[in-house]
Amino acid sequence: MKSLRKFIDKNKPLFQKGGKLAKLGSTFGAIETFLFTPNHTSKSGVHIHDAIDLKRTMTVVILALVPALLFGSWNIGYQNGLAFGIERSLIENFLFGFMKILPIMVVSYGVGLGIEFIAAQIRGHEVNEGYLVTGILIPLILPVNIPLWMVALAVTFAVIFGKEIFGGTGYNIMNVALMARAFLFFAYPMQMSGDAVWIYELPTKLPVDGFSGATPLAQIAQGTSAKMASFHDMFMGFIPGSIGETSTLAILIGAAILIFTGIGSWKIMLSTVLGALAIGFLCNILAVNEYMTLPPYYHLVMGGFAFGAVFMATDPVTASHTEKGKWIYGFMIGVFAVLIRVFNPAYPEGMMLAILLMNVWSPLIDYFVVENHIKRRLKRDKMKGNT
Amino acid sequence: MSIISSKNFKLLANPLNLENPVTVQILGICSALAVTTKLKPAIVMGLSVIVVTAFSNLAISAMRQYIPPRIRIIVQLVVVASMVILVDQLLRAFVYDVSKQLSVYVGLIITNCIIMGRLEAFAMGNKPWPSFMDGIGNGIGYSIILIVVAFIRELFGSGAILGFQVVPQSFYDAGYINNGMMIMPTMALVLVGVIIWIQRSFNKELIEKE
Repeated sequence: MKSLRKFIDKNKPLFQKGGKLAKLGSTFGAIETFLFTPNHTSKSGVHIHDAIDLKRTMTVVILALVPALLFGSWNIGYQNGLAFGIERSLIENFLFGFMKILPIMVVSYGVGLGIEFIAAQIRGHEVNEGYLVTGILIPLILPVNIPLWMVALAVTFAVIFGKEIFGGTGYNIMNVALMARAFLFFAYPMQMSGDAVWIYELPTKLPVDGFSGATPLAQIAQGTSAKMASFHDMFMGFIPGSIGETSTLAILIGAAILIFTGIGSWKIMLSTVLGALAIGFLCNILAVNEYMTLPPYYHLVMGGFAFGAVFMATDPVTASHTEKGKWIYGFMIGVFAVLIRVFNPAYPEGMMLAILLMNVWSPLIDYFVVENHIKRRLKRDKMKGNT
Repeated sequence: MSIISSKNFKLLANPLNLENPVTVQILGICSALAVTTKLKPAIVMGLSVIVVTAFSNLAISAMRQYIPPRIRIIVQLVVVASMVILVDQLLRAFVYDVSKQLSVYVGLIITNCIIMGRLEAFAMGNKPWPSFMDGIGNGIGYSIILIVVAFIRELFGSGAILGFQVVPQSFYDAGYINNGMMIMPTMALVLVGVIIWIQRSFNKELIEKE
């Protein structure tokens, strides 16, 4: 450790103003602060000090994602075993899956961080930590069979057009990870939906008899819900699906971490669930087809709902900022997610589109919440006769 | 005065870059999104708009002294509409398949803001010959953007240029797949945005002062 510190200190003048490599200053700064706690202190005008900074926030979110990642790895091995009739132990399943996720993660981080570094150099900014979480979210919401060049392309598109053109971390209008997924979903639908893409090697090899690989969402949309997995299996996550989204249990552990540390907003998570349940009950009352008779709580464990509600909707940059706005924002995500699932056969999973849609709306929600607040205060003032 | 004086040449060349109707004035975006999935319709659309802008500019400019100001928009519309009908009939007669692909968008040239904008801003106050040059210049400025966008969209969306397969089969065998997003209007908007971005980074005077 000490020799590393010495090496950095020795080379520091090179990158500072007037040094030979001053243009690469932000790259150097990023590596230094990544390795060691920075010793900068605020110089003036700060009255509130908090131990938590962007880097620590990001680290907590990554920790919260670890259960979903671990379970996702195991599930890849397990589903592959089911499809081809191979028996593996728990560790073997996990290692099998992890080796499949690893390349996707490496590509996602490599390309994304590469663009972040280049953008920071061009602008002369510091490199932000914003991509650390996005880089792990992207592999978790993709099918395991996704070709790596598609991951690279989607990451490039999402980081440049979703984030950098708006000004970088903290200025993006829409969730960057979901932008990447939406890009792939519309650009390469064959690789992002259907029955075959969720299980490793299924598109190229013949599975054992009777195995289809369809996700529960696809099964109910096709009207074959009799084959659908039980609620217990869907809650635990023993179903095909995108890598990190299948296990509601693992996601709940992540949610607990986020809520306990105060990083994820419990209001958004709760209101998203409430929105889905409300519209689910409404569907049940009308109930004209099989999909509409599905018990509302099934929506919470199917597809990417839980993952979206906990890790995507709560993104502090793109969500509503006002407390009242958070309730509306989350509720509408739940409503739209279920509406799209039930009523639009072209999109079996509505969570991605619902969150992106509400991302666009959240500034408007905030605007009206604030306006409403001002109006109420004015009215109260008038009643007191102060004006 | 020579046929193309330096002043007239400016009328022709300015709309290509610094006063481009699409990327600087942000006009005619809707048709730029709609007809650019393939290169061929985009070229035909570009040519049609060049003809319509040039000749309606010429006609309006020639009778600008006699148009009562209160009904000038109606007169302009009549002129543009007859030009568009002429072009539409010509397309149907000679390139029927492209005319079918363009469908309503040829008729909708009437509503293209570039044409009305040039009539109001230029032809109503200038002599016929400069107006004609201005019309051609703006038409070309519009066509260039259309062709660039359509070229990229057809190349990556269908793997072809002008209908000829240019992405070799070996690419597809190796796992390359045409980008479905390129076929959608969304991507045309993103591409126009990228063109504006590149153009502004080369012409600093186009960047708004904060």
